[in-house]
Formats: sequence, structure tokens, C-alpha cells
Amino acid sequence: MQKAVDSADAYVIEGKLALPYSYFAGRVGSTFITALRDSKQILGVRCDKCNKVFVPPRQTCERCMADLRENWVQLENTGEVVNFTVVRYSDKHLPRKTPYILAMIKLDGADTPLVHILDEVKIEDIKPGMRVEAVFSEKTTSTILDIDHFKPIA
Amino acid sequence: MSRRVAVCATAQIKNEPDIWYQRFQGMLFDCFESIVSQTGVTFDMEKGIRNVVTCSDDVFDARTISDNGLTDVVGAHFRGEEKTAQDGINGIGYAMASILSGHDDIILLIGHCKESQPESRHMCTNLAFDPFYCRPLGLDFLNASAFQARAYMEKSGITEEHLARVVVRSRQMAAKNPYARKNKMVTEQEVMKSPMLSDPIRELHAYPLTDWAAGMLLCCEERAHEFTDNPVFVTGFGSCMDSYFLGDRDLTDNFALKKAASRAYQMAGVQNPKDAFDMVELNDSYAYQLPMWAEGAGLVEEGEGRRWIENGGMEANHVNTSGGMLNGNPVMLGGLARALEAVHQLRGEAGDRQVEGAKKALAHGTTGPAGQHHAVLILEK
Repeated sequence: MQKAVDSADAYVIEGKLALPYSYFAGRVGSTFITALRDSKQILGVRCDKCNKVFVPPRQTCERCMADLRENWVQLENTGEVVNFTVVRYSDKHLPRKTPYILAMIKLDGADTPLVHILDEVKIEDIKPGMRVEAVFSEKTTSTILDIDHFKPIA
Repeated sequence: MSRRVAVCATAQIKNEPDIWYQRFQGMLFDCFESIVSQTGVTFDMEKGIRNVVTCSDDVFDARTISDNGLTDVVGAHFRGEEKTAQDGINGIGYAMASILSGHDDIILLIGHCKESQPESRHMCTNLAFDPFYCRPLGLDFLNASAFQARAYMEKSGITEEHLARVVVRSRQMAAKNPYARKNKMVTEQEVMKSPMLSDPIRELHAYPLTDWAAGMLLCCEERAHEFTDNPVFVTGFGSCMDSYFLGDRDLTDNFALKKAASRAYQMAGVQNPKDAFDMVELNDSYAYQLPMWAEGAGLVEEGEGRRWIENGGMEANHVNTSGGMLNGNPVMLGGLARALEAVHQLRGEAGDRQVEGAKKALAHGTTGPAGQHHAVLILEK
């Protein structure tokens, strides 16, 4: 079913889908975000049955269905890089001028790596296992970007 | 399984980089008219199509309830219409369930996606992530896959050379497929020198931006003869969703694909997937995914993806004769495209790329970042 391109009377209307929106963070998310914002603490939740500490936190363990909402664990602001990519294309949803580095960082005290921005490092110097620490933002956005980025521990 | 579901017809437009001159409604209508003229199917409420399954994405169409922009052109008014906002291959599983349950005899499945219309497809897939933990970081399907690519390449020993072979072959196969996106032939050197997008994924490792629409008529076995002399049967389907957070997953363990495949294999009675299929279509949005999915689907032993490429496994297993998603299908429709190619092959209608005597095929689709959701479909002649 292949047709020749017919572009007679073909007009393109420029539009935009934009919707200001108030997202409720959830009770667990609210505790995480406010601890990050007010105390510069990164919180995870422990599943005792699965013996695992999750970050970002969640209310229920997806493996054993245990209720985790009271099982808060304060994680260290340090950890190690387990994976990374250098984002080199430019796009409006990207929070940084490219190239910038996204890394999966296993925080001390957590079992699941957290994705975040890695900065203050040369790309060629990044190695799996590299020790890093959180650098907190001066201004809050009430999102994960209350950590501005992670940087190598000198 | 007491009843079987038949694929009676398929229709598609050509995969193109920018169909700016046609609305998605027009793209779908071309597919719709083709299916009606091939089969003579009607919309009679006793004997015809009483239910239509559509596949589309709200963000790519920049309107919510994206199906309400198209129901009129696919015959879905005054009857059942249900939308899947996952890869269209899941619509085949859904159609199968509707027919096997006895709820419907006939299902029209039809889907579209125009990646060319949003300012950036990566802005669209960024919106697949939650607004607190992931979206603000700029995560999208490309950079999320880059984590998986690095982890898999490390684990498997797959190198730039292997990926280049996958890309070069994809374009060679696609050149024989009249519906495939028309792309420049590339050499392995060109692939290895193409600009890095998100390390280790290079520009030529990523499927190119594509617009497409396709459809399929499915029917219970007893009535398939009303619509075709050349039916193909759905004999297995399975799907599985992995965890949401990338850090919760082992990005290289193929957990969801293994689960999806084992469910489909159990249903179809497949004992040994290594030699069960005459051809296989895997949904490779990025080059590293072809050997990784081949491992996950059990076509090769775990960890053998590298040797599989080196030893001509892609050719021996007749993998992605269509060119694969890597040559260009839009997100949401990669798996449906794989299923259409499998149907073409089993019907003996694959032209210059025909696998002689193909009787049994596997088609695979993914939805979400770095293969979060997998679906596996078994089709038989």
C-alpha cells in the first residue's frame, strides 16, 4: 500500500501541550522529600523479610508485599558509582547543558542504586566503584534535585 | 487450547521519517481500507467486527484519550473499542484473549505513532518517568538504555565491532523490505565512528525517528476461512513487567523477557527455543538489544550473545528479516512490526527476504525504558 506523496493543500499548525500540574508526592514521598529539603538526609526503606534497603523509598515491597512505610533508614550521603552514561545530545527536558553525566550510585546503606547527576569529574576519570558524595542544592525544588549532583570524594 | 486464533490479514504503510503531509487518521485509514478490501470483513453486529483494539500514545499525539481522535476512521463507532497504550504486540495478546474467551469472534487491531511531530521524542519518553525521583534528572528511553547497554556490554564482552555488525546487517535486511524505512547503507567503520549520543550508545546504534501505522485482522479459527485462504495462527503469548526504578532491576538479567517467553513457550508447547523457530523477530530499539534479547528469549545460552553474532547466529536463526526496529519503527509499534513480519514470512509473502518453508515464528515487543516490559508471541502456519 504505497502511495505517492501528495502535499497539495497540506498545512501544518504549530501547537503546544502544556499543563501546569500539582503532583501529590504520597506520604512516603513527602517524608523523603521533606527530609532531603530540611535536613539534607537521604532516606530509604528497609524490607526486613527481603533484607533489602530500597531508595527511592516505597510503601510496599514489590517482592513480598510487606508494608515498609515505617521502616525508614537514614542512608549516608556517600556511595559508589556502579554505572554511568554521558548524555551528549541536547534537549529541553535535560536539566543540564550537555554533555553531562548520569550515574547509578549505590549509596552507603542502600541496596538499590539511585540514578543521579555526577559532576566535578572528568569523563575519562569515571570508573565503576568510584567513591562519590552528594552536593546539596542551595535552592529547593522539592524533587530529587535538592541534591544538585554527586562529586568524587577527594 | 481448544480454540485457536487466526491472523487473517495485515496492512501497513511504509515506515517514513516524517509523514508531515498526512494526519495519523489518514495513515490509519489507509490500513483500514486495505484490511477491508483484502478480507471483505463487515461491521455487521452479528457477523462482523464488534470490537476494535487500537494502539496509540497520548503524549506522542499530544492529546489525551488519543484513541478518540481516530475511532471514526477505523470503524470503531457504535461498537466496542479498547485502546492499548503499550507496544501494539500486546494488542494481539488482548485480541487473542477476547476471542479465546468467546467474547468476540473477530477483532480489528490497528495502531499508529508519529515520532516526527513532537519537538523531541526524548521529551516524550522523559514523561514516562515519575515527577520526583527520575524525570527531573532528564531520564528518557535513550539514556536509560545507555545504562543497560554499558552493563550488558561489560557482562557479555560485546564490543563496538559486534554492534556495528548488527547495524550493518539491519540495514541490509531492511533494503529487501518494501515497508521498511529507507536508510543509507552504512559500513561497520561508519557505525563505529558515528557520534556518541549517550555512552556507549552511538547515533547509528539507535533506531531512527519514524512514523508508521499498521493493522491486523484476527479471528477465531472456525471462521478464518471467511476472510482468508492463508491464515496464520497465534499459538502462544506471554508478557511480563519488570520493576520501575532502574536501580531495582538487574539491567542485564532479562528477567521480564524470560518470564514472558516461558509463558508463551508453555502455551505453544515449545520445548527448546534454540531450534523451535524458522524465523525470529526481536524488538531491537538499540543495537545492543539484539544479542541481549536473543539470550533472554533462550535462542542462545545466557552469555553466548557475543559468539552468536560472531558465528552467524543472526543469519542461522533468520533473525529480523524485516530489518528490525533498529532500521526504524516508532516506539509503541516495534513489537507489532515484528509480528507483521512474522505473518508475512509464514504466509510466504516476504518476497526477496522469504525464509523458505517457514512454519513457526517468534515475534517480540518491548515497552518502557530499557525493556521494562516484554511480550513474546508465537505464530504458526
